[in-house]
Amino acid sequence: MIDALQRLVNADAALVRRGRYLTTTFLLQIGQAAWLIAICEGRIVSVTPGPFVMPSSSFALRADAEAWSKFCEHRPPPGSNDLMALIKRRALKAEGDLQIFMANLRYFKEALGKLRQGADA
Amino acid sequence: MSARFEPITGRYMHLDLFGRPHRIYVEEAGQGTPLLCLHTAGADGRQYRALMNDARVTKNHRVIAFDMPWHGKSSPPAGWHDEEYQLTSANYTSMILEIMAALDLDRPIVMGCSIGGRIALHLALDHPERFRAIIGLQAGAHVDPYYDLNFLHRPDVHGGEVAAAIVSGLVGPDAPDGARWETLWHYMQGGPGVFKGDLYFYKIDGDIRTRVAEIDTRRCPLFLLSGEYDYSCLPEESLAVAASIRGSEVTIMKGLGHFPMSENPPEFLKYLLPVLEKIARM
Repeated sequence: MIDALQRLVNADAALVRRGRYLTTTFLLQIGQAAWLIAICEGRIVSVTPGPFVMPSSSFALRADAEAWSKFCEHRPPPGSNDLMALIKRRALKAEGDLQIFMANLRYFKEALGKLRQGADA
Repeated sequence: MSARFEPITGRYMHLDLFGRPHRIYVEEAGQGTPLLCLHTAGADGRQYRALMNDARVTKNHRVIAFDMPWHGKSSPPAGWHDEEYQLTSANYTSMILEIMAALDLDRPIVMGCSIGGRIALHLALDHPERFRAIIGLQAGAHVDPYYDLNFLHRPDVHGGEVAAAIVSGLVGPDAPDGARWETLWHYMQGGPGVFKGDLYFYKIDGDIRTRVAEIDTRRCPLFLLSGEYDYSCLPEESLAVAASIRGSEVTIMKGLGHFPMSENPPEFLKYLLPVLEKIARM
């Protein structure tokens, strides 16, 4: 599922344009699985699956598998429809240098929203 | 294509608030029972544009919305450039009562959303005799901070972009795209630190949990309408407030979020019109 992220994000010209000042690598952890996602000027340049010995990233988003699965439903239920909704319920943890995450919050919400069922249309 | 004008009139009112001169922007439409509308944190009175354009509301109601100081077209008071804006329960209450008096409103219905819904609970408690009825949208007694509010006002994060991005998920899934993004645009236009200053009231100063059960609906009827998809003021929080106040009425609005009047007016009006009809019969 995460494998499709690079293709889906890079195919969205408006999203890439909004991310043109964003160059970073962040870690996404869902349950026990983790990926390092490298972004250069709004384009995802690599998605590297773990496990990692010493992962280096600007920040990390960590969710439990069930919470993430609900987030990815075509019409997520209340409380699962947004990264901030998950954070409020403590179902998603954002850790690290969150200035990068918050300064580009719309980008990260929309990029990860690409993993929603039906978004790959 | 010919131009079309909406039936909304906007005026600037000069009024002393908190001992200082203010210039307050006030919009209104319709005739009849005054319906004073209070916008959410970090936004402005444009959130009620659809109500002011709906004849089902305006044929019997004078719908009024003002931009709070620092918001929309209301300026901050002179000297603002060296101050940190913080909304308090006391200032919010006195602003509403002063503006009501200046507009010569006799026992209006007051309807507020989010911070406006919270202050509606304060008004129900402390000034019930001043209102015909009180409608709280997304009204809870308290909200715990769930993100670092300092991100709303610092030079390395764009305030408008982050404010809109934070609240974007609070819009319900059925909102039409035009209304969704108009709602978010209002957030993008907020002045530096204003959303954060409003949240001081919402998350800290305006906590009314210990007093909310004292609201007496025999002195002023109280209606609560809350969107199903609001994770800031959860439906269960509005239900809990309603359960603690004898005589209050609460409805959870399916598919709607934190900005019902702005994000999806046609759906919201399905819930609001019966409440207004009920108030008219009281």
